[in-house]
Amino acid sequence: MKTGGSFGAYREDHPAGWLASALGSWLLLYFLVLPRITDLGPTIIGPGPLADAVSFFIYEVPKVLLLLIAVVFGVGLLRTFVSPQQAREWLKLRQPLTGHGLAALLGVITPFCSCSAVPLFVGFVQSGIPLGVTFSFLIAAPMVNEVAVVMLFTFFGTKVAAAYLLAGVSLAIGCGYAIGKLELDNYLEEWVRELRAAAPEAATSPSPSARLHEAVESVRDIVGRVWLYIVIGIAVGATIHGYIPTGFFSQIMGDQHWWSVPIAVLIGIPMYSNAAGIFPVAQALLEKGAALGTTLAFMMSVIGLSLPELIILKKVLKLPLILVFVGTLAVGIIAIGFIFNFFFHGVHL
Amino acid sequence: MKLQVLGTGCSRCRTLVERVKEATALLSTAADIEKIEDIQAIARFGIMATPALVMDGKVLFSGRVPTTREIAELIASHK
Repeated sequence: MKTGGSFGAYREDHPAGWLASALGSWLLLYFLVLPRITDLGPTIIGPGPLADAVSFFIYEVPKVLLLLIAVVFGVGLLRTFVSPQQAREWLKLRQPLTGHGLAALLGVITPFCSCSAVPLFVGFVQSGIPLGVTFSFLIAAPMVNEVAVVMLFTFFGTKVAAAYLLAGVSLAIGCGYAIGKLELDNYLEEWVRELRAAAPEAATSPSPSARLHEAVESVRDIVGRVWLYIVIGIAVGATIHGYIPTGFFSQIMGDQHWWSVPIAVLIGIPMYSNAAGIFPVAQALLEKGAALGTTLAFMMSVIGLSLPELIILKKVLKLPLILVFVGTLAVGIIAIGFIFNFFFHGVHL
Repeated sequence: MKLQVLGTGCSRCRTLVERVKEATALLSTAADIEKIEDIQAIARFGIMATPALVMDGKVLFSGRVPTTREIAELIASHK
């Protein structure tokens, strides 16, 4: 391009070198620096609940942030290989039933932000992908994502993380399928249906250095957006961890009362989906006696349904369809809460 | 020249607005920069991924936040 020398110098000239040095620094921090800060709490304060809480905090915060940076970077890189146009073509080709599964899986790699999920949802609807399939995507997009995966593995371990992910994907497939069966296309706002024949946007294939740049941008964006919530969440979790007696939450959030699940969901719905910080708090609840199903249902309703997303969706969907969306998802989440409370009765993971 | 940043109000869109301003300053071009947050208006441009940059009605890119320099290059090459 001919814009003068000043812009010609741009482009990371050595993407491979940059990647190697970034990876080296990360490994150094995670495996050499991190293990050395575990004992700082008792060293500074002496033994006791405050030291426990402080140790938990100063170890968990850098650990989860480091993991988050690595995973968000990886998924950000992966995302550059799946353009929205490609996703749309894949969804068009599938049969409705496999389409729901694929849509749910696409939701996994899309950004942890409903503001980018809604334009994609509109784009899918416009290109004639069945409404139910697009809802599977819309449900999975915020609920199942890289931030949730990192938080779940860090704070709950493999079993609960796997349970959450399986439940989330099943929910996206099931609720999307149910909404599709209701044939509610008339409840899309008129402008969405009118745009159905809009000219498709051309896809581009980025260079390796552009891909790296995008991955770095997604770390900057996502980690930059959630880190404070996570720190606050860990602080609250650490306080519960250190000060609330064991079994405290079994009275209100245990599995002996069936109504604790719907109440947890109702409390969770208006809470904002940016609350990645909900995971450490939920872990502390679980540790002090809350039932697994109730805790899962609470987390899912906080993350899967949020007011800001519904406000954007209001411009796309008419009220009855929004109510069906919220209602179906709430019922699905409550069902998951019951199922886990029933099958994991009294089980401590 | 009219530049429109499309995005429903996430942090990436705000970053893009900042960089577009920097890019026009770098190019010493006077530009009318507008932020479009309405999902309906965004969808009319036919884009599926936000944020996006539109110059005089033409979509320059979507779904990413390039560096200030790349934005400046793109604006310069489409003038």
